[in-house]
Amino acid sequence: MSIAIQADLHVTHPHEHNDQHHDEHHDTSANTLFGFWIYLMTDCILFASVFATYAVLYMNTDGGVSGKDIFELDFVLIETAALLVSSITYGVAMICAKHQKQAATLGWLLVTFALGCVFIAMEVYEFHHLIEHGNGPDRSAFLSAFFALVGMHGLHVTAGLIWMLIMMVEVLKTGLTNRSVTRLSCLSLFWHFLDIVWVCVFTVVYLLGAL
Amino acid sequence: MFIRKLSKAMLATGALMLAGCEGGVLDPKGQVGMDEKHLIIVATLLMLIVVIPVIFMTLYFAWKYRDGRDLEIYAPKWAHSKTIEIVVWLIPIVIVIVLGIITWDSTHKLDPYKPLEHDAKPITVQVVSLDWKWLFIYPEYGIASVNELAFPTNVPVNFKITSDTAMNSFFIPQLGSQIYSMAGMATKLHLIANEPGTFEGISANYSGAGFAGMKFNAIATPTADDFDAWVTKVKQQASTLDVEQYKQLAKKSENNPVQYFGSVQRGMFNYIVMQYMHPDSNMKSMGSMEGMEGMEGMHDMGNMEGMEGMHDMGNMEGMDHAQHMQHMQHMKDMDAGQHSQHSTPSHSTTEPSSTVSGEAE
Amino acid sequence: MSFFGKLTLESIPYHEPIIMVTLAVVGVIGLIIAALITKHQKWGVLWHDWLTSVDHKRLGIMYILLALVMLIRGFSDAIMMRTQQALATNGAAGYLPPEHYDQIFTAHGVIMIIFMAMPFMIGLMNLILPLQIGARDVAFPFLNNLSFWLTTSGAVLINISLGLGEFAKTGWVAYPPLSELAYSPGVGVDYYIWALQISGIGTTLTGVNFIATVLKMRAPGMKLMQMPIFTWTCTWANILIVASFPILTAVLGLLTLDRYLDFHFFTNDGGGNAMMYINLFWAWGHPEVYILILPAFGIFSEVISTFTSKRLFGYSSMVWASGAISILGFIVWLHHFFTMGSSANVNAFFGVMTMVIAVPTGVKLFNWLFTIYRGRLRITVPVLWTLGFMVTFTIGGMTGVLLAVPGADYVLHNSLFLIAHFHNTILGGAVFGYMAGFAFWFPKAMGFHLNERLGKASFWCWQVGFYVAFMPLYVLGFLGMTRRINHTDNPAWNFWIYFAAVGAFIILAGIILQFVQLYVSFRDREQNLDTTGDPWNGHTLEWSTSSPPQFYNFAKLPHVSDIDAFTDMKEKGQAYQREQTYQPIHMPKNTASGILIAACITAVGFAAIWHIWWLAIVGFAGAFVLFLVRAYDNDVDYYVQPDDVTRIENAHLDNVTANLTNVVRG
Repeated sequence: MSIAIQADLHVTHPHEHNDQHHDEHHDTSANTLFGFWIYLMTDCILFASVFATYAVLYMNTDGGVSGKDIFELDFVLIETAALLVSSITYGVAMICAKHQKQAATLGWLLVTFALGCVFIAMEVYEFHHLIEHGNGPDRSAFLSAFFALVGMHGLHVTAGLIWMLIMMVEVLKTGLTNRSVTRLSCLSLFWHFLDIVWVCVFTVVYLLGAL
Repeated sequence: MFIRKLSKAMLATGALMLAGCEGGVLDPKGQVGMDEKHLIIVATLLMLIVVIPVIFMTLYFAWKYRDGRDLEIYAPKWAHSKTIEIVVWLIPIVIVIVLGIITWDSTHKLDPYKPLEHDAKPITVQVVSLDWKWLFIYPEYGIASVNELAFPTNVPVNFKITSDTAMNSFFIPQLGSQIYSMAGMATKLHLIANEPGTFEGISANYSGAGFAGMKFNAIATPTADDFDAWVTKVKQQASTLDVEQYKQLAKKSENNPVQYFGSVQRGMFNYIVMQYMHPDSNMKSMGSMEGMEGMEGMHDMGNMEGMEGMHDMGNMEGMDHAQHMQHMQHMKDMDAGQHSQHSTPSHSTTEPSSTVSGEAE
Repeated sequence: MSFFGKLTLESIPYHEPIIMVTLAVVGVIGLIIAALITKHQKWGVLWHDWLTSVDHKRLGIMYILLALVMLIRGFSDAIMMRTQQALATNGAAGYLPPEHYDQIFTAHGVIMIIFMAMPFMIGLMNLILPLQIGARDVAFPFLNNLSFWLTTSGAVLINISLGLGEFAKTGWVAYPPLSELAYSPGVGVDYYIWALQISGIGTTLTGVNFIATVLKMRAPGMKLMQMPIFTWTCTWANILIVASFPILTAVLGLLTLDRYLDFHFFTNDGGGNAMMYINLFWAWGHPEVYILILPAFGIFSEVISTFTSKRLFGYSSMVWASGAISILGFIVWLHHFFTMGSSANVNAFFGVMTMVIAVPTGVKLFNWLFTIYRGRLRITVPVLWTLGFMVTFTIGGMTGVLLAVPGADYVLHNSLFLIAHFHNTILGGAVFGYMAGFAFWFPKAMGFHLNERLGKASFWCWQVGFYVAFMPLYVLGFLGMTRRINHTDNPAWNFWIYFAAVGAFIILAGIILQFVQLYVSFRDREQNLDTTGDPWNGHTLEWSTSSPPQFYNFAKLPHVSDIDAFTDMKEKGQAYQREQTYQPIHMPKNTASGILIAACITAVGFAAIWHIWWLAIVGFAGAFVLFLVRAYDNDVDYYVQPDDVTRIENAHLDNVTANLTNVVRG
C-alpha cells in the first residue's frame, strides 16, 4: 500500500512539460514536492501511531522474551550505520543531479541502493532469527508491536528501494530531466524521512529496550 | 408550523421528564444516581441560558429581516462590530467556565473508583461479564449468582468488574454510574441503594448476538436480615462454582435464567482475570494461579506503567496495579486458611482510596 | 485452501429473503440503467467524459452521486432498525434476528459516515473549492480521480458484503476483542477493515491534494485571509484529514495483523490491550466528526451571507473559530469512553476540553445570527436548511456538552440519548449543511435550478421527521435504554419507540421528495436554466463562471482583492469583461488509470477478505504496473487554443448580457 502512495505523489503533474507556457501561478515541480511533503506528514503520523502502540505494549511480554533478551546492539548498530550512510550518499547523488552529472548521479544512487539492501537484508535476517527461535510476532504483544513497528519501517525502505531502482532506469533512459529530478527530490525527502524514523526506532526500540 | 412542531416535541419531552417515574436515570434510587440526576439538571439549565436565546434569535431574526420588508437599517457592508464580537465570545466562555468548574468538581465527587462515604460497612461483589450473562461472586460469603444481584439497602457496594469475553459495561440505570468490564483487568465501581426495590441491570456496551438478553435484576433488600435470608437461600444450593462449573457457565448462552451457586472455589475472580495475563495460568493450573505463579503474571500488567507520562493514554490507569496486588494478597491470605470458605464477611478487600487515583497523575 | 479461498457458494445468503429481494431489486435497477445507457448510446460519454474525468467538477458530481446512492442504502438500514425495534417490544423477537440486525446497525454507521457523509462533503468541496479560489483545477488532478475511485472501491466492497458472506456484527467502531478472530471469525470484520482502509487512503490523498491546492493554486492577489469561508472551513477539514486519517490506517492495519497473522495487539490473550484500539480509533474518530461538520459550517456561512445580501459577519472570528475547533478536536477523544475507568483528573480534563469546543461553535452561531441582522433574508431552500440547522444544532450542541460532563456521561453513555445527540449534530448539522450546499450550488453544477416547492416540502419532511425520530431517543436514553439492542421488554419504552419509527418514515418521505425533486427539475430543466451563472447574486468567484462552468473554469485567472471577490468585481464594474485575446489554456487529459488502479485495489481487498491469495497478488501487481504506465505516460495534457476560448467565452457573455437585468438586483 505504501508503494502506491509514494508513487502517487511523484506522478508527473499534467501541467509539467512545455515549460514555455508557464501558467501564471503554476510551478508544478514545486507543487509536487510540496504535495509530497504533506504526504510525508501523514506517514509521520502513521509511524507515530505505531510508536505509541509500541510504547504501550513493550512491557507486555506475556511471559516471553523482552527487548533485553533479544536485541543485539552491535548488529543493529551496523544496520543503522548502513542506513545513515545511505542518506549521505543519496545527498551526494542529489548534488550531482542538480549539476546535471548523470553518470555520477547513477553511481551514487547505486551505492545508496546497495546500502539500503544491506539494511533490509540484515533486518530480514534478524526477523528470521527471531521467528526461528519461537519469538515471532504471534508470541506476545511486545513482539507484535516490535515486528509491526520495525517491519513497517522495513516495508517503507523496501518501497524506497524499488522506487530507486525505477528512478535509476528512468535517469538512464531519459537523463536528468525536470521530471526525473523532481521525482528524485521526492525520493530524497522520503529516504531522509525514513532515516529520521529509523533513528527514533533505534533509540526507542533498541537502545532503551536493551538497557 | 415549524415552531409549533418544535414546541410540541419539547413539551412532550418536558412532560415526560416531569413524570419521570418509570425507571431510568431520571428516577434514581441511589445516592450516586441522585447526584448525577442533579448534575444533569443543573448543567442543562445552565446551557439553556444560551440555547433558548439562540433559538429565539434565529427565528426572530429570520422573520424580522426577511426580504421584502426593506427596512431602512439594511446594511450590506456591515460585517464587524468589536462590541458584539467581544460579547459573543464572552458569553460562551463564561458559561463554559462555570460549567467547567462544576465538571471538575463533580467528576471528582462522582469518580466511580472512589469508595462511598458511608457509616455502614460496604460489601464486595465481584462481577464477571460472560457471553451473554452476568456472574456475581460474593467473596465474603463464598457464594455466586447468575443474572441476579442482591445487596442490602443503605449499604455501599464495592464492585470489582471484569470480563471473560468481549467488553461490556456494567450498568444499573437507577443506581447511577456504569463502568466497562474488560478481560484481563478489574475495574471498580461503587454504588448504593437508598431505597429498597428491584432494579433492572444491563450491559451498556454491545458485545455480540445475545447482548439484548444480557440483563439482570439488582435487588436492594429492605433490611440486612432480608439480605442474609437471600444469602442463606443461595447457600442452600448444592452446586459449587469451581473451574469445571465455570467452564460450563462461560460457554455462550442467551437469556439465562437466574442461577445460584452455594459455594465458590477460592480465588475464582482472580483466576478469571489472570487467565489472560500469562500463558501458564490457563485452566489447568488453577492451583498454582492462586500462588506466586499468578503474581508473576502481574508483571504483564506493567503496561500501565508504560503509559505513565504518555499524556494521550491517560485512560489506561483503569487497570489498577496496586489494587490488583492487594487483591492477590488477600486471596493468598484466604488460601493460607486465615478464614474458611464460608467465613463471616471480611473487609480486607476494601483498600484505602489513595491507591485509586494514586497512579493517575 | 481452495482456489477461491474461503469463498464458496454457501457464502451467498440464500436463506435471507430480505437480502435476496434487495439483491434482485438492485439487479433489476442496474439492468434498467444499463439498458437506458445502451438505448441512448451513452456508454462512450459515460466512460470518456465521466468515469475517466480528472475535472474536479465532474468528480464532485460523481462523489455526490455516490453519496446519494449510499444514502439510500444507509437509510434502508435505518428504517429496518426502527421497524425492528418497533416490532420487537414486550419481548417479541421482531423480524430481524440478531445475526442480521447486528450487521444492519454496523453497516448503517459505516455507510452513513464513511460512504454517505464523507463523499457528500468531499463532493461539494471538489465541486466548489477550486472555483472559489479562482483555480483551473486542483493541484493533482489525476490523484483526485484516483481518490474518488478508491472511495468508490470501499463502497463497492461494503455492498458486495450484502450478497457474499456477511458484514461486521460489531457496531461501526469494531471494538476489539469483539472484532478479533476469537469473537468474530467470519468475513464481516474483514469487509469492514478493507472497505474502510481503502476508502480511508483515498480520503487521505484528497486531504493532501486539497491542502496543496489551497496553498499553491489560489488566484493572483488572493491572500489566505481573503479566501471564501467555505474554502477556509474545508482547509481546516483537510488539515484534520491529513492529521487523523493515518491513525485510522494504522489502527486498522494493526487489527488486520491481529486477524490475519495472529499478532496480539488487541486480543484478550498474549498481552494484548484492546484499550489501545479504542484510544487510537477515537483519536481518528473524533477529528472525523469535525471533518464532517466544518465544511457544513462553511456552507451555512456562504448561504447566510448570500441570501441576506450581506457580508459575512465576523469573517476572521469564523476562520479562527474553525481553527480552534480543529485543534481542540484532537484533545477530546477520551470523552468517548469516560466509563473505562480513567482517573477523575483525566476524565475531568477531557470533559472540560470538550466543553471548550462549545465556545468557538457558539461564536459561529452568533456570527450567523448577526449576518442575518440588518440584512434582507430571502427564504429559499438553502436558507431553510440553514435555519433548521441553527435550531437543531443548538439542541445537539447542548446535549453534547451535557455528555461531556463525565458525571452525566456515567449514566448516559451508550444510551439512546447518545444516539439522539450525535444524530442531532451529524444529521442536523453536517447533513443539513450538505443539503443546503446541494440546493445552493446545484444550478452552478448542472446549469438549471431545482424545483423550489418540492425542495421546501422535502425540507419540512426532513425537519419534522428529524424531531419525531430523534427527540424520543433522548427520552429513551433517560429511561435507561441502551443502544444496539435487538429487542426490548419494557412497557415504558414502547410509546417512544413507536414514535421514533414514525419519524423515520417522515424522513423517508423527505428523501423520496428529494428524488422526485431531482426528477421534476431535470424534466423541466429547459424552463429553469441558469443563464447567467449567478442565480443568487453571489459573493464569491464560483458565481463569476457560467453554469455549469467551462471545463477550464476561468478563461483568464481573476485577480482578487476582497473576501467577497465577485461582489467586489460587480461593484467595480469588472465582472463579465470581454478580453481581446486569451492565452492558451493548459489542461490535463482524462485518464483511465484511476478507475483501473482502483479496480485492481478492489480486487486486492476482496481477495484479502476471502483469502484468495493469488488474486491479491495479481491485483497488487496490476495496480503497480498500471501506476508505472501512468507515471511514464507523456501524453497527459493539452492546450485549449485561444480561438476556442474566445468562442466559448463570447457565447457565454452574450447569454449573460441578454439576461443581466435579472442578475443585478438590490
